[in-house]
Amino acid sequence: MKTVILSREFWLAAIVAVMVIATNLRAPGFAAPDKLAGIFNDTAMLMILALGQMSVILTRSIDLSMASNLALTGMIVALINAAFPGIPIPALMLFACLCGLVLGAFNGILIWLLNIPAIVVTLGTLTIYRGIIFLIAGGQWVNADKLSPAFVQYTRIEFLGLPALSWYAIVVAVAFFILMTRTSLGRAIYAVGVNPTASVYAGIDVGRTKFATFLISGLLSGFCGYLWVSRYVIGSVEVAKGYELTIIAACVIGGISIAGGVGTVAGALLGALFLGVINSALPVINVSPFWQMAISGAAIILAVVLNARGEKRGSRLILREAEATS
Amino acid sequence: MTDITHEARHIPDRLESPLRGAVFSWPTLLLIVGVVLFIVNSLASPYFLSPWSLSDATFNFTEKAIIALAMALLIIAGEIDLSVASIIALASTAMGVALQFGVGVPGLVTIGILTGLICGVFNGFLVTGLGLPSIVVTIGTMSFFRGISYIVLGDQAFKGYPAGFDYFGQGYVWWVVSFEFTLFLVFALLYYVLLHHTNFGRQVFTIGNNPVAARFSGVRVERVKFILFCLTGLMSGIAAVLLTSRLASTRPSIAVGWELEVVTMVVLGGVSILGGSGTIQGVVIAAFIMGLVTFGLGLLNVPGIVMSIFIGALLICVIALPILWARMRRRAAR
Repeated sequence: MKTVILSREFWLAAIVAVMVIATNLRAPGFAAPDKLAGIFNDTAMLMILALGQMSVILTRSIDLSMASNLALTGMIVALINAAFPGIPIPALMLFACLCGLVLGAFNGILIWLLNIPAIVVTLGTLTIYRGIIFLIAGGQWVNADKLSPAFVQYTRIEFLGLPALSWYAIVVAVAFFILMTRTSLGRAIYAVGVNPTASVYAGIDVGRTKFATFLISGLLSGFCGYLWVSRYVIGSVEVAKGYELTIIAACVIGGISIAGGVGTVAGALLGALFLGVINSALPVINVSPFWQMAISGAAIILAVVLNARGEKRGSRLILREAEATS
Repeated sequence: MTDITHEARHIPDRLESPLRGAVFSWPTLLLIVGVVLFIVNSLASPYFLSPWSLSDATFNFTEKAIIALAMALLIIAGEIDLSVASIIALASTAMGVALQFGVGVPGLVTIGILTGLICGVFNGFLVTGLGLPSIVVTIGTMSFFRGISYIVLGDQAFKGYPAGFDYFGQGYVWWVVSFEFTLFLVFALLYYVLLHHTNFGRQVFTIGNNPVAARFSGVRVERVKFILFCLTGLMSGIAAVLLTSRLASTRPSIAVGWELEVVTMVVLGGVSILGGSGTIQGVVIAAFIMGLVTFGLGLLNVPGIVMSIFIGALLICVIALPILWARMRRRAAR
């Protein structure tokens, strides 16, 4: 009984289900399988990004540069595709992952070797990465007519009734589940977040573990860079602007403690799904989309209040990460 | 004041290095960067050194800098407020709504500032009353406050502010010195005294260094933090009045992304994001630097988005270089 009540994932899943059912009462057909699959597909990218952010937040860091990384990588692959349409898309996807990885590594190195707080580093790279987009594109947009059809189609290919985009999210989620629960890196990530000092004594390299999480979040941001441009068929400076905070919001709603060490893969997925369902439900029940921001804001605040009941911990831990590593 | 900052437990290497004293202090280093930028600017563009263009340059940063003053105190105390830009939007919206009812200039200003203060109280209550982490709470209220603006305004804008309201964002106090800038200088002085020469300021540092020790030494941690959140709200309300007056319109997308710029300004000013150390002088100089960079690059026709590369690089370099420098010195000493 107690474990069920304490399990945030259970309650979050229940709330999401109630939201879907309630919306379905007002607007029949909302809960039809294909509509739900559509919502899942719309949320796929947020899920992937939230998982990446989760691995970072678990180690008491934060990655504010994910959306900029995504936009920059997206622009790079869009430009490559526009210039050389002959390059096969899987190669381009791999390249997007590599770009994201390099950008993430840049964050990670500064945090690991120089011991600068992650929030400062990623605040800096957030603006740098987005500025570079303008430079490499010369202020231009890459629109639909410049992208090759294969580039755009690749996220839309259906397999077993679901578009490829959804499958990518599923694959990443499964990989993440294995990573977080079955590998030593996953254990190390939790350990660093729960108690950095003890982790050091347990032989875990705190700095290197953080570096690894920034590689992960960078890789996934880069991957989503391709997905974003492919899905919305636009590469521009404005892509995913301000999205970094939506990603963090998904994590927070999913019960991932900003103080580190607490959170699950299912939580991150459900947190993203929660925001996705709200986004899809509001227009359907004739609520103006202008309400969406206030509602998700209220949801975040509510989630934080509920989180705090579960675990009463110091509020300052995220700003204290350097303490353990120094 | 230096006693407090140097004894801080969590200050990075750069402040603990033997390069102490006023000559090598953080604000001095920033000042040098600022002077270099100033010289580069005046060499790069013949238009830079006129009083009017220098006055124009101040408009780039004063509104953000006014918030940064309060944000500096908050970050020194170990908290953060990411909702400041949304508070501006909400306060501006409140003024816009009041405008529809024909409220006069004093009323508009009062409503703008009060809305900011109420938002600050709301943040402060959530963080200190319920004991929640401020970084998440203010990400939530960031969406919440701006969301309310969107609900009220939709995609329309309120215009037609009365004559006299434009003074706050466009007026000049003396020849070429703008009202905004004067206000910023007055606030900078007030915050300098508050942080470095009052008991309250000492308590802010104490909390940032060690909240538990602060509590045991009789500091009312919650109350101080609550006041700090009220202050950032208040300053955001004031910034909202200035910005709305300068733009002469209210729209829900006003000041988008400013929260991170304000934090950048504070961190660039040498305030440790870990809390416990920092100076108002540093923040003021950092504000000038950001103003110089954006205005100078603007004169050279560098687009705004590219300027952000410089700001970001400046932020990282300014934090990283002293750390590298201290390491090299330590290695050389061995």
